[in-house]
Formats: sequence, C-alpha cells, structure tokens
Amino acid sequence: MEPFTTLRGIAVPLDEANLDTNQLCPTRFNKVPKGPRFRDILLHDRRFNADGSEKADYILNQAPYRQAVIAVAGRNFGVGSSRETAVFGLMGFGIRSVIAPNFGDIFYNNSLKNGLLPVRLPGATVEALLRQLLARPGATMTVELEAQAVTGPDGAQHRFEIASLSRKRLLRGLDEIAHTQEYAEALRRFEQEQARAFPWLAS
Amino acid sequence: MKTLFEKVWDNHVVAREEDETLLYVDRCLIHEGSRHTFDTLQERGLAVAHPDKVFAFSDHYIPTDPRARAGGVANLPDPEIRNMIELLERNTDAYGIARFGWGDARQGILHVAGPELGLSQPGIVLVGADSHTSTHGAFGNLSFGIGSSETTHVVATQTIWQRRPETMRISIDGTPGFGVTAKDIILAVIARIGIGGAIGYAIEYAGSTIARMSMNERMTVCNMSIEAGGRAGMIAPDDTTYEFLAGRAFTPKGAAWDAALAFWRTLPSDPDAKFAKEVALDAGSVVPMVTWGTNPEQALPINGRVPDPDRETDGERRGEYAKALAYMGLQPNMPLGEIAIDRVFIGSCTNARIDDLRAAAAVAKLGRAVVPAWVVPGSVSVKRQAEAEGLDRIFTAAGFEWREAGCSMCTAINGDQLAPGERCASTSNRNFQGRQGPGGRTHLMSPAMAAAAALRGRLVDVRELGGRN
Repeated sequence: MEPFTTLRGIAVPLDEANLDTNQLCPTRFNKVPKGPRFRDILLHDRRFNADGSEKADYILNQAPYRQAVIAVAGRNFGVGSSRETAVFGLMGFGIRSVIAPNFGDIFYNNSLKNGLLPVRLPGATVEALLRQLLARPGATMTVELEAQAVTGPDGAQHRFEIASLSRKRLLRGLDEIAHTQEYAEALRRFEQEQARAFPWLAS
Repeated sequence: MKTLFEKVWDNHVVAREEDETLLYVDRCLIHEGSRHTFDTLQERGLAVAHPDKVFAFSDHYIPTDPRARAGGVANLPDPEIRNMIELLERNTDAYGIARFGWGDARQGILHVAGPELGLSQPGIVLVGADSHTSTHGAFGNLSFGIGSSETTHVVATQTIWQRRPETMRISIDGTPGFGVTAKDIILAVIARIGIGGAIGYAIEYAGSTIARMSMNERMTVCNMSIEAGGRAGMIAPDDTTYEFLAGRAFTPKGAAWDAALAFWRTLPSDPDAKFAKEVALDAGSVVPMVTWGTNPEQALPINGRVPDPDRETDGERRGEYAKALAYMGLQPNMPLGEIAIDRVFIGSCTNARIDDLRAAAAVAKLGRAVVPAWVVPGSVSVKRQAEAEGLDRIFTAAGFEWREAGCSMCTAINGDQLAPGERCASTSNRNFQGRQGPGGRTHLMSPAMAAAAALRGRLVDVRELGGRN
C-alpha cells in the first residue's frame, strides 16, 4: 500500500447525503478487475448518459474537478455494499481522501486498506467546507495524517480523529498481512486452545 | 456481566495492538464476486490458511431463468458473467475450498444456503464477502460483511483486525397484528433510527417478539442490520436456534453436539449486562411498511402518504426528499396505496426462505397477477421444499413466474434487472438508485405485501385482501 502522509490539491464538493455504494460504483461494474477502468466507473451513472457521453452538468465532469484529489460529501457516505469497487472507483479517479460527517462502516474499513483516507468531521464543519468549495470552484485543501488535520480553502484547520493503528499503517504504507504474520505464535496458541475448548470448531 | 457480543468477541481475541484487536475467524463465506480476493492471492503468491474454514456459493452471477440454468455454464450468452462463475470454480478448485455451485443441491444465496448447511453456529465469528452477512447473527454469533482486501487477509491468516464496536440493544415487544411480518418490523426499526443510526454499533435484537420468531424471521431482521449502518446484528440463541441447527450437515453430532449445546446456553447476554445504547419498539403498533424513496429509512406504513418536501422543517431532509421523489417519479402527498407498479420481485437473502414463500403463496392464491411477478427461491433446498408443498403450482396458477435459486433482481448483476423507469414491488433490502438496474425504481416490502401488489398492480395494504386468519 502506498503511504499516506500529506495530501494537497483540488477538493470537489459532492454536496449530497447518502452517496451509497450503488452510486459510487453501480453493481454491474463489480466484475471489473482492479485497474485503470475504474477511473470512469466512479459515480458512473451520475457522470455518463446511457450512450456513454458525459453529462456536462455533473460536477466531476467540470474542468477543475477532473484533477480533484479530495472529496467533501454529506453524511452516510459509502453506506451499503461491501464491494471494494466503490473505493477502487475513487482511487481510480485520483481521489485519495474523502471528508464527510460519517461513513458506511464497511466502506470506511475498505478505504483504510487501500490507502484512501476517510476523514470524519462534524456536520457543521463539513457544511462550511462545502459552502466554501461551492463558492470557489477549484479551491484547494490539505489533509495531513501525521497532524490529523484538514486545512480548508479559508486556511482554517480542523483536527480529526482516526484509530492509532490504522493511522500508523497508512503513514508507513504497512502491509497488513505481513504485520499479522508477526503474531504467528499467538495464533498457534489460540488455535490449540480453541481445539481443546471448542473441538467442534477445529479443523 | 457481559453482553452476547462481548462474550463472542472476548472468545476470539488472538492479540491486541494499540486500539485494534486481532480476532480469530471461524468461518469465511465467499461468492463469485470474490474475484478481487483471488486476484490478490495469486499476485502475491499467498496460500489459504485453512481452506476447510472457507465456503463458496454461486449466487450473485448465476442465472435464475430455468432455461439458462438447464443449459449449463458453457452456454451462458454473456462472456463476462460466465467468466465470474467459471472463475469461482477454478479458484475454489485451486485452493481446495468447498463450493456450493451450479447443479449442486446445496446451492443458494450464501445467507440462505449457509445457515441451511449449519455453518452459522452460536458463539462463532463469521465473516462474509457481502454486507448482508449480518444475517447469520440470528444464530447468536458475530457475523459481518467485509471487502475484498479484508477477505484476502482473512483467508491468508484466519484473522481480522477490528476496532471494537459499541453495543446497542433493540428491544421489540408486543404481538404484531395480522399482516405484519419480520420485514415490516425491521423496516420500522430502520425508519426510526435511520440508515446511519447504528454506524459504529453491534446490534442485539431482544424482547418477546424476537423470542417468538422463527429462525427464518430472525434472519430477515438481522439481515437488514447493515441497512441501519450496524456492524452486526445478533439474537441470543435459544431452543428455536438449537432445533433449527440439529442434524444439519456442518453442525456437531453426538457427544460434540452435547458439548456445543452446553456452551451455547452460556452465550445470551447476562440479565444486568449494559448496552451503550437502548432502543425499544412496540411490535403491536407496526403497520405493513413500504419504502417510497431511495434508501431504506424512507419507509412508511402502507396507509400513509408520500411525504411532502415542502412540509419538512429540516432543510437537508427537504432537499433529500425532493431528490428522492424526482428519481422515484412520485407526487407529494399521494396515498402510497395509489402507486401503480410495473413488476414484482419476491426473493433475496432478506425474504426468499420457505416462510416467505408460504406467506406470498397464501396471498397469491387469492387472485391473479396483473403485472410480471417473479418468485426466486433463496436456495435449491427452499425451492424443493416449496415444490413439495405445492407452492410453485399456486404461484404459476396465479400467473407468477417460478425461477431458480440466486440473488437475481435484488442486486441485478446476473442479467435479471429492471428497465429504466420501471417500478418494482420488491422483497429485497436496498432501494438505492439503480440498485435493481439503471433507472429502476424499487419499493421494499414484505413477501405478502409484494404478492398483494402483484394481484392489484399497485401498492396495497395486504390486510385489505383478507386471506389468512
């Protein structure tokens, strides 16, 4: 996984609550292997007409936002499916951090595993960021993971919380499976004990 | 004093580091959509730690059209869909993972066929590559859905890193009225707490209404925990649970059963265990529910009216309602019972078990479908049971289409889908925009309500049709 330290760039305001996984990646694209096709899969049915042409009025199709690296969105972002394709779509488009009041639980975890930083900020703060971004198309923001801080277009800083182990993994781009393998001895003991106490579950 | 959740969690701790816990995983369920997991295993040359703890189901991409099913995988016309089914076959063979696939009498939706096999046992940690894995918590275990990266980690290490969720108890008491089902109760819960209401929580459903429910009804309730944002939904195991489990393919037998049973009886939450959040619902006040909007919290009793965004005092909600009505093609204030529908779908991991098909058939026999109506059993075993009871003949005599087992039009990726603008009365779990096909419009409801909608060609209060009782 690519480390996440500081991200600075254009932020796109997705001024909408409940952007569920079916919007982020319509289910018919779940069979696509991870790769460059996901650039056009993100929010596909919002961005494209049935004939494949772009919907010019959709925000991601407007000039400054094609280079967006941050998205700011309403509450319940990413609720729904466990399919990681919703994250692949955001990453494929170039977005490495999403800021919202809250996230679908599985989406949140999937993001962390792919080096996409989900940032929870209070609803009023997100609302203020959305207003600034809508007023100044193409405005930039900064997300710093080490400092756990977001800097809005107006220069104001907002601190956010993230679980410490998840933060460490992202900062260092740690491989989670390799990390878990360091616990091989604890795992061996657990399996021995389970086989003794709950033999009907043992391999 | 511990909750059911805490007992199961504490029993599965392998290690702790900072604010996360490495939990042992007893079972992992996958399906044809798990391709990204196998792609990663192959790229990285990783082995599957315990192939006997991983179980694969063909459900999302498998056709439910009886002719396509009879024709075999090789004759599927869409090469991408065929590839997904064949990939699962190749990958499970390569890694020695049990597969319940095309042509297997045990095939079905992972959350219907898995419990039938006895895989979902009290006290275990079960993960699935699908958000509706919360279904299995009906058996008194910790079950939740995970993405492909976490699935890769689980099959490679048999563990998963977790931040511990908070606990929430939803107590449901009282006797549901005629025509009110487990689906109506869970839709009423979600309408109350919202689609984000349980984010960060593991839910335990408790109370006398839950205690009286069959396992099939409990699975319907736990299934939709994720639609309230919950990490998991659980119900304390009891004699109903043990009767369901006894004698199933993967449940312990003989002395092992006795030992397991003694342990399972220790799992229910202690009487004075504390929950971080408590919610209560009177089942006696619940009326058959339908959704009118584009997420599961946008649900109302069938005798209500479509909301009027202009009357919403919350500005954010006003905007959401207006957008939902525009997508759904509905007028504010129109009675829900006047919404005309184009199609009916009875199926999905929420409502395609034998009880669901019995309830739908009891309504179907009162008339004849006036719109295309599909019945898609959740598993081959449910299909055979329904046929043994003559339910298939009731459905076909009433003009419903009787199909093969799979996810079908709930997730609309196997070719079963709505045309743009089509409106469907559906027993599935998500009414998101485009969920049942691009531009499709979904109204969620119970199997009895969906069957009633088929007979009338509009949303209708099933209680108006009489029938049972």
